[in-house]
Amino acid sequence: MQATIVEAVNDALHTEMAADDDVVVFGEDVAASGGVFRATDELLEEFGGDRVVDTPLSEIAIVGAATGLAMYGYRPVAEIQFSGFLPPAFDQLVTNASRVRWRTRGALTAPMVVRMPYGAGVRALEHHSESMEGAYAHIPGLKVVAPSTPHDTKGLLLASIRDPDPVLFMEPKRIYRSFREEVPEEDYEVPLGEATVRREGSDVTVVSWGSMMPPTLEAADEADADVEVVDLRTISPMDAETVVESVKKTGRAVVVHEGPRSHGVGGDIVARINDEALMYLEAPVERVTGFDTPVPLLSMEDYYFPHPPRILDAIEDAMSV
Amino acid sequence: MSENVPTEHPANAAVSAGDPRFLSQDDLSVDTHQIVAPDGTYDAADVPDLDAEQFQDLYRWMLTDRVFSRRMVSIQRRGELGTFGSTRGQEASIIGSAYTLQPDDWLYVGRAWTPMFMRGVPMKDMILFWRGIEEGQQSFAEHNCQIAISIGSHLPLVAGLAWGMDLSGDDAIATAYLGDGATSTGAAHEAINFAGALGVPALFYCQNNQYAISLSADQQTAANTLAQKALAYGMDAIRVDGQDVLAVYDAVTEARERVRNGEPVFVESVTYRMDAHTTSDDPTRYRSDEEVVAWEAVDPLERYREFLESEGLWADIDHDGIVEEIEAEFDAALEEANAFAERGIEEIFAHVYAELPPELQRQFEEFSDLLERRPEMYDHIEQRPKG
Ligand SMILES: Cc1ncc(C[n+]2csc(CCOP(=O)(O)OP(=O)(O)O)c2C)c(N)n1
Repeated sequence: MQATIVEAVNDALHTEMAADDDVVVFGEDVAASGGVFRATDELLEEFGGDRVVDTPLSEIAIVGAATGLAMYGYRPVAEIQFSGFLPPAFDQLVTNASRVRWRTRGALTAPMVVRMPYGAGVRALEHHSESMEGAYAHIPGLKVVAPSTPHDTKGLLLASIRDPDPVLFMEPKRIYRSFREEVPEEDYEVPLGEATVRREGSDVTVVSWGSMMPPTLEAADEADADVEVVDLRTISPMDAETVVESVKKTGRAVVVHEGPRSHGVGGDIVARINDEALMYLEAPVERVTGFDTPVPLLSMEDYYFPHPPRILDAIEDAMSV
Repeated sequence: MSENVPTEHPANAAVSAGDPRFLSQDDLSVDTHQIVAPDGTYDAADVPDLDAEQFQDLYRWMLTDRVFSRRMVSIQRRGELGTFGSTRGQEASIIGSAYTLQPDDWLYVGRAWTPMFMRGVPMKDMILFWRGIEEGQQSFAEHNCQIAISIGSHLPLVAGLAWGMDLSGDDAIATAYLGDGATSTGAAHEAINFAGALGVPALFYCQNNQYAISLSADQQTAANTLAQKALAYGMDAIRVDGQDVLAVYDAVTEARERVRNGEPVFVESVTYRMDAHTTSDDPTRYRSDEEVVAWEAVDPLERYREFLESEGLWADIDHDGIVEEIEAEFDAALEEANAFAERGIEEIFAHVYAELPPELQRQFEEFSDLLERRPEMYDHIEQRPKG
């Protein structure tokens, strides 16, 4: 079937709820209204009110209760309506979800998924636009996933729900509906922790993920160089090997992310390239990122996140050395 | 022997034998304060002590709220705003409460815009805010008011503001407006408890408009009322008919007096959100037309009009004339908002810190340089509603 990213989320939820009775979907407005983005559309009708639950407006309880449900043997898939509303529940991620396995020496685990739309560019209000994967990837024990295509979305979400550890699933909402592609009807997984080479090239590696993939590919197409694009897909744990192998081949690298630059995921990728491929580098690694500011409100948010010319500029810089 | 003899502990002053007795919320009856009944009748002795001008003022502000909501929804439909949350149906709840507030009081709202106009915020700034232009909020702050987008996040802040008022001996209160949904957040509970424990002048004004986006109030909590939640924290509460502007005014006036004396109060105002949650919501997915019609029958403006008629005050009110004035005010505000000069990208970097750190300065310069070198950037920067 041809599906958008948000339809792929919906399809994955239908697929896994049908396959596994332990999967419970909940969050604010997910049941009766099918989610503000319709990601959970028709789940209530198909699976009933015990497994598809509209919760009170309680981010702390949504994430904390998901942890408890998971410890009890269920497979919770909780929705946080917008990424800017996860911070109240940050405590539950840090204090409980990510540490259950470690704390109990494996006696208890928290196989759960917290899904949320993230990123700027949809003209929403304050707290609706951030890309804070850096903050969440900093939590040991938590996996952080950010798909960029409908096909990967379904496969990664299925893998996330089945994963034995807690997963934060960050959905790039700006491209929720921007394109369709073939998404298999059947069940399949895209493994967590594996990056993919989205576009092959020999001159320069651009590492990117989630909402930044379309502008990255556009810049790669326009560049006067043979650009290889690595889609990280899982932010944590990171598949440094695919990145490093690509950089060893091309000798140049650019990292693109929407979140703020300082202390961000990009810095970590540069460090890994330095660790493993310094001697292969022919130019310093470039970073193209959001600014170290809050995401501006809607009138200026389009200035905030990287567009193809900014990425192209960095590619040219990397090529010029 | 321990001094802590269990049966003598103050909490055990009354002990009971036999089967354990559960304390249930049904042991508690929570009345709803009302002055003008839905059929328009009232007891003259209960009517708040306001003069004719003030009674008319209340009507004018309620009408302002209604007209502003209507105009905002309509310009949103024309693509001139990102999104908007109408307050139609909540006019009595919003105006009756805000009318009690004094200029030095602080006001932090979830859904309530007109109280900010009542404090002197220009309509233009509210339009700018909903257009996603940060500048609007500067005048909000200058008039001691703010809007919280992260639900419930403002309650601890209001507790802190009130604490400051207490410490400095100022004769003012800090007020948080919140919704039924907000009462489920951790922040709300911590703040209400904190304000209660410290005894600071905070007023928590909860508009139970029956929905938090699609979730109805009875799915939001198993509690019979929201007012009673405050009792658990030792805070006094009052429940009021939010369709009755005089009852709201009366209740909040008294609440404000107590709060001023360092006894925080929680008010539940029972009202209804007539329009969609915001312009991006489709309420037909979760509520019935019959329900909406039933609430339309208790329209707060209608109920108040009946009161004004009984008091012989209606004849002096030129309803259509007032609407025209508000429309004209809105038109002027919209024009001013439209004339708001486009900002430069330095705005993105301003006000993050008191002083621009070198790294931010660098990011700003690099970006300015890029925009100059690559004007094709603007092909990717969408045209937004006019500033
Ligand atoms: C912490 C948080 N979670 C989720 C949201 C998304 N959201 C925006 S408004 C809303 C419902 C708010 O309901 P209520 O508190 O009753 O206020 P109302 O809008 O009805 O006045 C939700 C869930 C949010 N803004 N903040």
